[in-house]
Amino acid sequence: MSGLQMYEDLQRPEVMHHGAAAFYDLDGTLCSTNVVHSYAFYARNAPTILGKFKKTSSLLASIPFFLAADFYSRKLFNELFYRRYKGESEDRLAAMAQELFHEVIKPSIFDQAYHLVSQSRRAGHRQVLVTGALDLLAKPFAEHMGIEYVLANQLEYVNGYATGRIQGELVAGATKAAWIRRFTVEHRLDLESCFAYSDSMSDYPMLAVVGKPSVVNPDKRLKNIARQFDWPILKFS
Amino acid sequence: MPMHDLEQHVVTIDKDSAPRIIHFGEDFWLEDLPEGTRVIYPPAPLEGLENVDAAIRHSLNFPLGADPLHAQLKPGMKVTIAMDDISLPLPPMVTPDIRERILTIVLQMLADYGVDDIHMIIATCLHRRMTDAEIKRMVGSTIFREYHPDRLYNHDAEDPNGIVNIGETELGEPIELNRRAVESDLIIYVNINLVPMDGGHKSVGVGLCNYRTLKAHHNPKVMRKTDSYMEPKSSHMHSIVNRIGKVVNEKLNVFHIETVLNNKMYGEQLSFLTKNEDHFTDLDWLKFDGLRFALKKLPSAAKRKMMFSIPSPYDVVAVNAGSTEPVHEKTLERCFEQYIVPVKGQADVVITGIPYVSPYNVNSVLNPLLVQVMGLGYFHNMNMGTPVLKKGGTLILCHPCYDTFDPEHHPSYIEFFNRLLPETRDAMTLHRKYEKEFAENPSYVDRYRFGNAYHGAHPFYMWYWGEGGRQWTGRVIAAGATNSRVPELLGWEQAATLNEAIAMARTSAPAQPDITMLHHPPIFMCDVQE
Repeated sequence: MSGLQMYEDLQRPEVMHHGAAAFYDLDGTLCSTNVVHSYAFYARNAPTILGKFKKTSSLLASIPFFLAADFYSRKLFNELFYRRYKGESEDRLAAMAQELFHEVIKPSIFDQAYHLVSQSRRAGHRQVLVTGALDLLAKPFAEHMGIEYVLANQLEYVNGYATGRIQGELVAGATKAAWIRRFTVEHRLDLESCFAYSDSMSDYPMLAVVGKPSVVNPDKRLKNIARQFDWPILKFS
Repeated sequence: MPMHDLEQHVVTIDKDSAPRIIHFGEDFWLEDLPEGTRVIYPPAPLEGLENVDAAIRHSLNFPLGADPLHAQLKPGMKVTIAMDDISLPLPPMVTPDIRERILTIVLQMLADYGVDDIHMIIATCLHRRMTDAEIKRMVGSTIFREYHPDRLYNHDAEDPNGIVNIGETELGEPIELNRRAVESDLIIYVNINLVPMDGGHKSVGVGLCNYRTLKAHHNPKVMRKTDSYMEPKSSHMHSIVNRIGKVVNEKLNVFHIETVLNNKMYGEQLSFLTKNEDHFTDLDWLKFDGLRFALKKLPSAAKRKMMFSIPSPYDVVAVNAGSTEPVHEKTLERCFEQYIVPVKGQADVVITGIPYVSPYNVNSVLNPLLVQVMGLGYFHNMNMGTPVLKKGGTLILCHPCYDTFDPEHHPSYIEFFNRLLPETRDAMTLHRKYEKEFAENPSYVDRYRFGNAYHGAHPFYMWYWGEGGRQWTGRVIAAGATNSRVPELLGWEQAATLNEAIAMARTSAPAQPDITMLHHPPIFMCDVQE
């Protein structure tokens, strides 16, 4: 569906938009881990000791660089970061995804995240995960939380090996907002009644596009924005 | 109090009268009122009990309509002690808080009888959770250290596993209460009655319930039918609360301990604020000037902090214990004795200051919705069924009406005020169209459960609380409002000064209007007679 069609649809009186969805960012919002933790898990579990050492130390060495990239743009950060998966076999990544979820992600899910998702479900909202994390991690997470829809990044594979690139459009920043708009049109939802939750300034477009944004453990920049717009500030621990 | 004493509390302004002090948010106004204006003052504080601890023990040993507390105790039983939250008393009292004194005696008695399965629950209903520091101040550090947080905590009306249905009233209203309390062999409720609206069946039936149960009486239809929610005998709201309370008493074993405080809101230094200004000594005026000078130099937030740091030296004037109704009857008798001022006839114009505090903003700011609830809710309802203001008359509220909200305590109020009020002020429409959405908003539920925010439905209740006053009052003029947006959204007119407000009120009043000023706080109730 093109952007223009979508807008025209919204204008048609016979298209009734009702119901709401809750759009969640994952890393830092519903759990305390981020993409670096995930990669670190793969790095630690590299098949050879040398590989383990190389990957882990190179990750450690590049942390300042990634921090700078993240501050500048989450999109840039993700693009740069996912290059590190280059050469990993699809089988290995898939096999380790479940383990990674149980060992790293699941213990880091905030208790209040469970309450939030379950309250949102009780209120009749569709549950949607919109994350820059990889789908192989986002999917078990969504399944665990009872979240029905997932938008996540997918690695590109050639001959069974990751190229370090992302398939299609990178899910980050403004692309999340555009996707949310499309989702609400396709599901006949009222965007004004929809909720969005994120911890990061990079998700400002996603927060601004819905009628009811909330921030979770925001950084200073996002906290200022939330205060200015009177968005609820949730503190998860 | 004999009638001749009470008559001193109604003063008529003449040309020699001193100006009157009016609460104006965190400040005070000193205003000359038009000749003939009637000023009503609170009755003097009732004498406190000499030995409060002895009175507590006596009430437990000789309860009304129930066996003595010790006779109801046996080793191994499960006991839950519920207590009123920070909305009472107002402002918070000098420590030790009466709840600490009662808890100390009750806990000792429970220990003596081998009862050790004890939980203490602060009956917040949909109010904000009290902070650890506030709880500690309320129960004292000894009890806090021993019981908090595992066995001393805030009620959580949104805990899916913490609420249980105990049945319904004959009219089908569901009754859902705190699971721990319901599953206890005995519930002891420790109450503070500051106004007659509180206590009785409201304690457990409201304090420990959830949104679904509260809906039965916290709605605009009920509020429109309630002439004064401070007069429980004729209050429609209380008739529903009592209906729920009767089922609670059938299903649960509740032992009430109710206390009544006098109206000694100010200590020695500020007690001049309750006096007739005609009787002020030079020292009183000096104290007042000193207070105003100090306040003038401070920003609003600092003024609030200063005000909240001055606790009230209330005295306990009654302690009664036992079963709900006989206990509450005694409590109300004493309450009315403290608060009632007989007043002859109604007024065309009523003037009242709005202070810095309401039951819903302890340690926070009095936001526009709370200014509204103080004026059209609480103060309008401080009567025995007939308001001081004539129907269709003008109410002048003195308050800066700043557009400030506390995002930690009142996040849902912000959305209510800025999103809903521009669309409609009609309580029925707000109730029908938006209340559920706010009540179920996951962010507001989260802040209520894990932060210190009032529940998402709470701003609606504040609006409904003002519904009776809104229906009754012809015009509301916000005197001294510092902006036009807040009065406009609330449906009020704006005046820069009190004089301007009175001049505006005269335009729609009879030629020689009856003007009455309510000189509170401390609060009082007008028994309006023809």
